[in-house]
Amino acid sequence: MTNSTDISTFAEVIDLWPSAEAMADDIGVQPGLPPVWKHRRAIPSKHWMAIAEAAKAREIHDVTVETLAALAAKSSSSPKLAAPKPATPANQTNEVEMPMQSSPPFKKILIANRGEIACRIIRTAKRLGIKTVAVFSDADVQARHVDMADEAINIGPAAAAESYLVIDKIISAVGESGAEAVHPGYGFLSENAGFVAAVEKAGITFIGPDTNAIGAMGDKIESKRLAAKAGVNTIPGSDDAIADVEAAVTFAREIGYPVMIKASAGGGGKGLRAAGSDDEVREGFERAVSEARSSFGDDRVFVEKFVEKSRHIEIQVIADSFGNTIHLGERECSVQRRHQKVVEEAPSPFLDAALRAEMGAQAVALAKAVGYRSAGTVEFIVAADRSFYFLEMNTRLQVEHPVTEYVTGLDLVELMIRIAAGGKLPITQDQVKMEGWAVETRVYAEDPVRGFLPSTGRLVRYRPPEASETIRIDTGIGEGDEVSLFYDPMIAKLISFGATRDEAIDRQADALDRFHIRGPAHNIGFLGAIMANAKFRSGDISTDFIAEEWPDGFTGTDAGPITQARFSAVAALVHLQLKTREMALGQTSGAAPANPIGPGSSFWVAQIGQEKIDLEISRVEGGIDVVANDQTFAVRGDWTPVHHLFDGSINGHGAALQVDRVNGAYEISAGGISLKISIREPHVADFARHMPVKLPPDTSKLLMSPMPGMIVAIKVTEGEEVEAGQPLVIVDAMKMENVLNAERSGKIAKVMVAAGDSVAVDQILIEFE
Amino acid sequence: MQDIIQALEEKRAAARLGGGERRIKAQHAKGKLTARERIDVLLDPGSFEEFDMFVEHRNNDFGMADQKVPGDGVVTGYGTINGRTVFLFSQDFTVFGGSLSETHAEKICKIMEQALKVGAPVIGLNDSGGARIQEGVASLGGYADVFQRTIMASGAVPQLSVIMGPCAGGAVYAPAMTDFIFMVKDSSYMFVTGPDVVKTVTHEVVTHEELGGAITHTTKSSVADLALENDIEALEQTRRLFDFLPLSNREAPPVRPTEDPADRIDPSLDTLVPTDPTKPYDIKELIEKVVDEGDFFEIQPEFAKNIIIGFGRMDGHPVGIVANQPMVLAGCLDINSSRKAARFVRFCDCFNIPIITFVDVPGFLPGTDQEYGGIIKHGSKLLFAYGEATVPKVTVITRKAYGGAYDVMASKHLRGDMNYAWPSAEIAVMGAKGAVEIIFRDEIGDAEKIEARTEEYRSRFANPFIAGHRGFIDDVIMPQNTRRRLCKALEMLRTKKLENPWKKHDNIPL
Repeated sequence: MTNSTDISTFAEVIDLWPSAEAMADDIGVQPGLPPVWKHRRAIPSKHWMAIAEAAKAREIHDVTVETLAALAAKSSSSPKLAAPKPATPANQTNEVEMPMQSSPPFKKILIANRGEIACRIIRTAKRLGIKTVAVFSDADVQARHVDMADEAINIGPAAAAESYLVIDKIISAVGESGAEAVHPGYGFLSENAGFVAAVEKAGITFIGPDTNAIGAMGDKIESKRLAAKAGVNTIPGSDDAIADVEAAVTFAREIGYPVMIKASAGGGGKGLRAAGSDDEVREGFERAVSEARSSFGDDRVFVEKFVEKSRHIEIQVIADSFGNTIHLGERECSVQRRHQKVVEEAPSPFLDAALRAEMGAQAVALAKAVGYRSAGTVEFIVAADRSFYFLEMNTRLQVEHPVTEYVTGLDLVELMIRIAAGGKLPITQDQVKMEGWAVETRVYAEDPVRGFLPSTGRLVRYRPPEASETIRIDTGIGEGDEVSLFYDPMIAKLISFGATRDEAIDRQADALDRFHIRGPAHNIGFLGAIMANAKFRSGDISTDFIAEEWPDGFTGTDAGPITQARFSAVAALVHLQLKTREMALGQTSGAAPANPIGPGSSFWVAQIGQEKIDLEISRVEGGIDVVANDQTFAVRGDWTPVHHLFDGSINGHGAALQVDRVNGAYEISAGGISLKISIREPHVADFARHMPVKLPPDTSKLLMSPMPGMIVAIKVTEGEEVEAGQPLVIVDAMKMENVLNAERSGKIAKVMVAAGDSVAVDQILIEFE
Repeated sequence: MQDIIQALEEKRAAARLGGGERRIKAQHAKGKLTARERIDVLLDPGSFEEFDMFVEHRNNDFGMADQKVPGDGVVTGYGTINGRTVFLFSQDFTVFGGSLSETHAEKICKIMEQALKVGAPVIGLNDSGGARIQEGVASLGGYADVFQRTIMASGAVPQLSVIMGPCAGGAVYAPAMTDFIFMVKDSSYMFVTGPDVVKTVTHEVVTHEELGGAITHTTKSSVADLALENDIEALEQTRRLFDFLPLSNREAPPVRPTEDPADRIDPSLDTLVPTDPTKPYDIKELIEKVVDEGDFFEIQPEFAKNIIIGFGRMDGHPVGIVANQPMVLAGCLDINSSRKAARFVRFCDCFNIPIITFVDVPGFLPGTDQEYGGIIKHGSKLLFAYGEATVPKVTVITRKAYGGAYDVMASKHLRGDMNYAWPSAEIAVMGAKGAVEIIFRDEIGDAEKIEARTEEYRSRFANPFIAGHRGFIDDVIMPQNTRRRLCKALEMLRTKKLENPWKKHDNIPL
């Protein structure tokens, strides 16, 4: 089955299922249980629909496993095929010679995760000839990782706390499936020592480090102590959890501002607060404690010195059980937004060989100190003066591991699996080569223009750029899938590779321009803007990069006159194609084909908001030439009304621009810039100057919910006078508490919601007088 | 001869100037285009042929004798939109406030009669203060003459109205009887009696905009079909709508070739209907993924949102689409949605436009509001419209098709040509729970038994097979194949011929 969408007949499905037992197995029911029909929600939709059609044709309405078998016998006389699973997309990482074993390291492994990372692990497992078992919650019945795996086991309700985070359920799924090993992916139980202990106790192999290493490194305070002991540079800070607010303030004064308040069990930016003053410590401490408690069930918090203008650079280490520990170079992840990584790259534009070796050596020393096995990452902050400090060690596969895979040519998941199976590291430190440059962006369902609030919903359109030698897309989702509010709203990781940093960035930018997503809000435009940013391109970045470049949030990049003209030239081509076809509507057959711009050149006007650009257009072979803003644009390429993308060239340079038709205008987007352009005849464009400019309605006296979520608390009452910046309402969305502050001083006229209410985006929460 | 030519030029110049520079400026200052500018936007460049440029009013009362402007406040004629003939009138607010005189009305009637003779649509661009009061009853007569011609043209040629300024009093009834009304936001209004009269009579204080603006009529009253931002956008969208319509009831709608394959499949539709039967989904996604190029022209998008209507194309051929919207009121039928869809179905039937119906309807909305409001009569309008329609009718049941609402929504029984169901379809008298509580009334106390009965009912009826057995459903299709199957069915139906028995006209429950 090469294309899962092609199944349209029952016979094809039957062909793919070797037997009624296997069929029942795939569907997840036991013979003798109630009709299969009732379990249809557990059946991949493409399968049950085919079953439904066949059953209908045979007038069977209670499809049981037995009748399925009968149907199978009737429909198919052809030989049964084995393993009815979709073909794995080509793995883009270079395969490394692994001379350790020729047979698969395991027969079957279970992936205790979901989404893109589960899919990514399954891909490598399949390549190694290992059977895979997926686990899924009720929200993931139709998820991609379930489809990709050889087997799938339901582990309960949608909420992760009741499914992906429940150790017992995972362990029993392993038992049920007979898997020999478990890969935890990242997040969920990946760094949970209790989970690893339970796995080991059940006699199963954990594909990752042992409980000691996880326990030691999972605790921020403990890990710092260990790091210092191993000779790793550490940052000044409290060695123990801080007891209360006032102790935090005292300690902060001692080491000097600014400081960082951190949850001991934290990670991924959660439970992290920077503070520059006593007041900020007081505010941040409480919130860090409460977030730490709700996110990690551990409210210990500590305080350390905050290194300003720092870079986030991490070292990938890998170790086997035979004491061989090496590092695979660094990744720079300085482009962050509120401590969430947005762009990652390998190598770092900041490191030289000496610094790399020094940091690598310290990382290896730490790994050795805790007897580390498997892949792990030692994170450092690097100051402008090249001093570096240990931040934390992540005892798992990182989200951004693909950039390392691109530059080293290694498959980290394969290495992890082989090491877990008792294999030796196939390479020595000297053999690690970093070649070329890789850049990864995280495509998120979030709304950059609304302060990057998480977005959810159905992926109505999802057309990623084409994968190639230099473009890799890691995703666990496809068109028609749901970005669930229960899990991380990451849609995909887009990884580009080039010989140089510039080449990798150019390819990344081009791929982003082609990435077509409709449905939930997404950050493609923002990522495009980062790729186009001069500071980013020069490598002059720090963890403050986003906050400094877009201090008021991202509202789209302003287009200069050249960009406006360039986009307008593309809009003109689109308009010409549509116009030509429309004009043919009234043509009697036999007439010459309609041509909206006549034989010579014609004049149109592009209108962008209140701006007008005169366009002189002439048809040429393969496109049009457009003179706009005193510049000629040779637009060549193919766009027809079925395309969402103009894919061609402008003045000889390859160009991809997304085209949406909106009420007669065209929305053209690329490189983080999106322009709504109307193309009009000059006389109509001239009339447009009489059209009134309409201002959006006044919402200044309203506080509207910027996201869907639940009201946690209302901090004000009706009639209260509030100061600008004062917290008004706390909304919980995606397990993050979002404090909505007053934008200006004023008096509260009306509170429209209460704690516990679910609110929709743009719902009015508070009215001011 | 030279004198005459010169006089002609002068008259033409005067006619083109309408109410003069000062009034044109005032018109522009209001964000409005002049009558002639509007025609320039609406029609293909250079295609306009004007009628009656020299007509002047014949009124000598109240000093009108010395106030004569060639054209008398309305520009009439014909031209083309993308090469297809259309007749139009465009009222000139700069001339006597666009008020309608006897001669102004005569000009409109003339082009309407001509349009009917040649079989071409009529577009009215309305911008008029009302009746020419100085003329008294002559003006009233003029209105009635326009009404009568609008009625005669109804169903023979498409009639579109764009309200681009005031339209009050009796004047509203001419556009009211046309097929579609577009209004320009903030600069147009329609009402029978204005805010002043309303205040005097009912003591209600209301603005023009609140009483009869574009938003009011597209959200509350459903008098208008679309609210557009400004004159240019309104005229551009009028062109877009025009491209879907045949020139008359004697013609087929125009075909627009497309590169969108008729057999395109869309696998993402397989997950459109959520696994949870109570969870809504956006039926518009289905529409946009099924029609050519995702190009769907929605009519009345802001009114009775529990049903969606509009035009699209399938393999180049225009179709009318009616779809229950599960996102709003679970997609149930009520007074407003029935009225909205009924009129649309009848329009499509008038003008040979096949109708695609997407069904996900849990039934009719219950309640005293609905019953007192006459849901019986209004619901039957939609039933009647579907039943009498002879154009090709293709129906797809995506999920629920319950009760009487199942019958109404272009069912097989109402001469549906091809009736498809998705595997997720549930065709039943009502939901399983309600049904069990009636059938097994005696067991209601026993929750366990009821649950078992409900499950039994659900497994018996919550599928498309029972209806399939009886032939009420022609086939169960995979969601991803919907476009392919619809295109095939519509192609087969292109030669469909069906006639209702001869009658003077039917008696639809108005």
